[in-house]
Amino acid sequence: MSTTPKSDAAEETAVPSSDAAVTTQQEISAEIEELASAAQHAGGEARQPSIDYPPYRSSILRHPTKDLRHADPETIERWAPCFGHRDVHPLEADLTIGAHAGTNSQVSGEPIGERITVSGRVVDGEGRPVAGQLVEIWQANAAGRYVHKNEQHPAPLDPNFTGVGRCLTGPDGSYHFQTIKPGPYPWGNHRNAWRPAHIHFSIFGNAFTQRLVTQMYFPGDPLFALDPIYQAITDQKARDALLATYDHDLTVPEYSMGYRWDIVLTGGDRTWMEPEEPKEHSE
Amino acid sequence: MITPGQTVGPFFGQALPYDGGNELVPVGRPDAIRLHGFVHDGDGTPIPDAMIEIWQADATGRVPRETGSLHRDGWTFTGWGRAETERTGHYSFTTVRPGPTEEGKAPFFAVVVFARGLLDRLFTRIYLPGHPANDDDPLLASLTEEERATLVATDEPTGLRFDIRLQGEGETVFLQHD
Ligand SMILES: [Fe+2]
Repeated sequence: MSTTPKSDAAEETAVPSSDAAVTTQQEISAEIEELASAAQHAGGEARQPSIDYPPYRSSILRHPTKDLRHADPETIERWAPCFGHRDVHPLEADLTIGAHAGTNSQVSGEPIGERITVSGRVVDGEGRPVAGQLVEIWQANAAGRYVHKNEQHPAPLDPNFTGVGRCLTGPDGSYHFQTIKPGPYPWGNHRNAWRPAHIHFSIFGNAFTQRLVTQMYFPGDPLFALDPIYQAITDQKARDALLATYDHDLTVPEYSMGYRWDIVLTGGDRTWMEPEEPKEHSE
Repeated sequence: MITPGQTVGPFFGQALPYDGGNELVPVGRPDAIRLHGFVHDGDGTPIPDAMIEIWQADATGRVPRETGSLHRDGWTFTGWGRAETERTGHYSFTTVRPGPTEEGKAPFFAVVVFARGLLDRLFTRIYLPGHPANDDDPLLASLTEEERATLVATDEPTGLRFDIRLQGEGETVFLQHD
């Protein structure tokens, strides 16, 4: 990959600085440990994740140092954009058949890897379903490689896997994806840094203020304790909220392993705060 | 337990941005404006792997309820758009100025910012420069002049300029809503 031009995200897979080049996992783990015990002693309800989390080196210059200001949500923030069948084709929820609208992939065969079903519900802070909303996912292939121009991990690409999917939630807030289990992958945060296997999720709520981008992890990953991104959530219960659970009821006989992961967005919805529809206009 | 956020990471480019994502209205429509700017880190270095989403009322102040943002037809205003920053840290939208959702209210673009290295998304607002209702806006009123300046766009012949600074001098005011 030496011919790859210096590129934006190259920093993530190459080495951020000469200083970081010699930072070991032991040193990162010690920093993680220190911040974990500091969080524990501070007690209270710290926001999760901590956005000021130096063990994740790229975060150092990319987090605000001032406190977030409280603002009561205004009308526009109490509504969310609408997505529908015009936006998402049902086949986009199956990453194992490829040929997604929007990804330009022309996939003929099946991807390599452990076939999995990932399913769950999106609900708001009051437990009410987030219905008909957009869920987007992206992930590495079974070998831990992304289809991305700046990806530099020399693991094999899978010609039959783009790792990109979308769906709309059902009336009960449920979502459903068919994919393959992603592999862990190395990154440039420190020497011998590896991300635990994960699927990236992008989720819309009933209000714009519920917008969420996060990552879903698989139970029992040996890399959890070593990963500064996962550990930036300093509260164990909050970390656990990103773990899928194996669910035999979702396992399809002779076909795929089932994982369940439910998503809880912040706050209630606007119908609880303000029942009326937004004003109509005359156009 | 609320599901915590995680960074969008470096590899969202294949999944989230899409053709037309930043064109809420077609370029060249008579009332179209360009809303654009740079995203900077704490050293003032442009961030080439950030993603900005906006959500807004239409020019009359109506909150859009139409679908079709992911496959725009060029006619329907959905109110929502997504732009990734380029190599230079620049982002750009083609849209219209939002109107007030209620009479006397200050109109603004609701904004959410994502980036590699940013562990959780950040909310902010882009207010319109010189709008008479800005003076009565509760958020703007609660800020110092310097802070307020980070939330108000600058007029340009083609529309509006709005830079985002994640950290340091001129740090953008970011919001929490709960
Ligand atoms: Fe990833």
